[in-house]
Amino acid sequence: MDRPNLKTTPLHALHVELGARMTAFAGYDMPVQYSLGVLKEHLHARAAAGLFDISHMGQIALRAKSGDGRDASRALERLVAVDMIGLAPGRLRYAFFTNVLGGIHDDLMVGNWGDHLVLVVNAARKEADEAHLRAQLGDECDVEQLDRALIALQGPEAEAALALLAPECTSMRFMDARTLTLMGAECIVMRSGYTGEDGFEISIPADFAGEIAEELIANPCVAPIGLGARDSLRLEAGLCLYGSDIDESTTPVEAGLSWAMQKVRRRRGAREGNFPGAEIILGQLEHGALRYRVGLRPEGRAPVRASAPIFAAEDAGVQIGKVTSGCFGPSFNAPIAMGYLPTALAVPGTTVFAELRGKRLPVGVAPLPFIESKYKRG
Amino acid sequence: MLKYTEDHEWLKLDGDIATVGITAHATELLGDIVFVQLPEVGAKLAKGDGAAVVESVKAASDVFSPLAGEVVEVNEAIVDDPAVVNADPQGAGWFFKLRLEDAKSMDGLMDEAAYKTLTQ
Repeated sequence: MDRPNLKTTPLHALHVELGARMTAFAGYDMPVQYSLGVLKEHLHARAAAGLFDISHMGQIALRAKSGDGRDASRALERLVAVDMIGLAPGRLRYAFFTNVLGGIHDDLMVGNWGDHLVLVVNAARKEADEAHLRAQLGDECDVEQLDRALIALQGPEAEAALALLAPECTSMRFMDARTLTLMGAECIVMRSGYTGEDGFEISIPADFAGEIAEELIANPCVAPIGLGARDSLRLEAGLCLYGSDIDESTTPVEAGLSWAMQKVRRRRGAREGNFPGAEIILGQLEHGALRYRVGLRPEGRAPVRASAPIFAAEDAGVQIGKVTSGCFGPSFNAPIAMGYLPTALAVPGTTVFAELRGKRLPVGVAPLPFIESKYKRG
Repeated sequence: MLKYTEDHEWLKLDGDIATVGITAHATELLGDIVFVQLPEVGAKLAKGDGAAVVESVKAASDVFSPLAGEVVEVNEAIVDDPAVVNADPQGAGWFFKLRLEDAKSMDGLMDEAAYKTLTQ
């Protein structure tokens, strides 16, 4: 059953064939869950391997008109609070576009391909990101949305499963990026992901995507996973969802993302500042922010979801924060959430109160991530 | 006597006590259930009052009292293990038992055939 006016990814027919329950997401008809259901899909990705269709996301090539890749990196540094010049070819880095208030315009992954960069951006922001890049860097760089599929293969068995198609993937470390041939197609393979598990994100020419996805899920270790489990997996890993946990009004310091800002872009770094909102962000790095993103563990079993107001005491009158993401965490058999709290309360072990169905429920501040990452480093 | 409501609840009458739960169709729509909040024993409910809350992985759903009555028993087993509702929605996954104000009010609800037509 096609929904009118929704875009489809190159894997749409496969989702329908697998009996996926579909939903509209960022203008695309996307699978929420398949026959296993959200809970089992989540647990399968942590125990074995899950395959996700993330083709709705944007893949944007940034190429300097000079032809020199370093000029593209230099140009991009004007828009992100992160070291791009120091990103070596064949490597990936997490970054964020900032705005003049120090807020986050989008978060993204940047890959260095030598003579150009490839930016993987959020689906809901890809048009805005393309416009931003053209407006700011259009004189110096060519900006091109790549029309390719994108899949993620995540979990402890992901490497073994991908190695059947591309044995060279076993020598890749976390945040490596390589061009590998899978079933005759030239693919961009990145050892990265959004689950906290080891795994890969793979950019595939659209025409080959179905074949490669089917080959991967033919492996009994690999199950197709929908957006429902994608959300609970990333929340357990403490990862932000743009539009929920981070947005134009949250600074990277408040969001707990300053780890991604290398020294060279900070005060007294060789390329200090020179990105939108730099003074505000660098000021917060020096003096602290007024609020911080924290992990939250509600008492009991009831999930506490995004937009739930938070209070400092059970009978307090003034709302002091809010939940920005929340769900049931299958790995814990308990609810988990994230939100922003004033600095003094943003300390693990503190108890605050979320309002749920007219009642105040105690919620413990917890360190992030909820689950330790399993990246293949070094 | 087994009856159904448009809100995908089932009722099984035994004397003047009706056992209430949600249908298999409802659990398919909801997906994996992760949390159930039941009414208090002794609560007096009117038809259509919010009686229970069911949370699936993605969202919360209200379960309404299908008829007027007093809650005489609740199924703690599904509070401890909400997955039972998905596994056996019309058996072990029952929610609460109502002493009906008027047992004859069951007549106004859908029978199995009518519910099957509704959910086709």
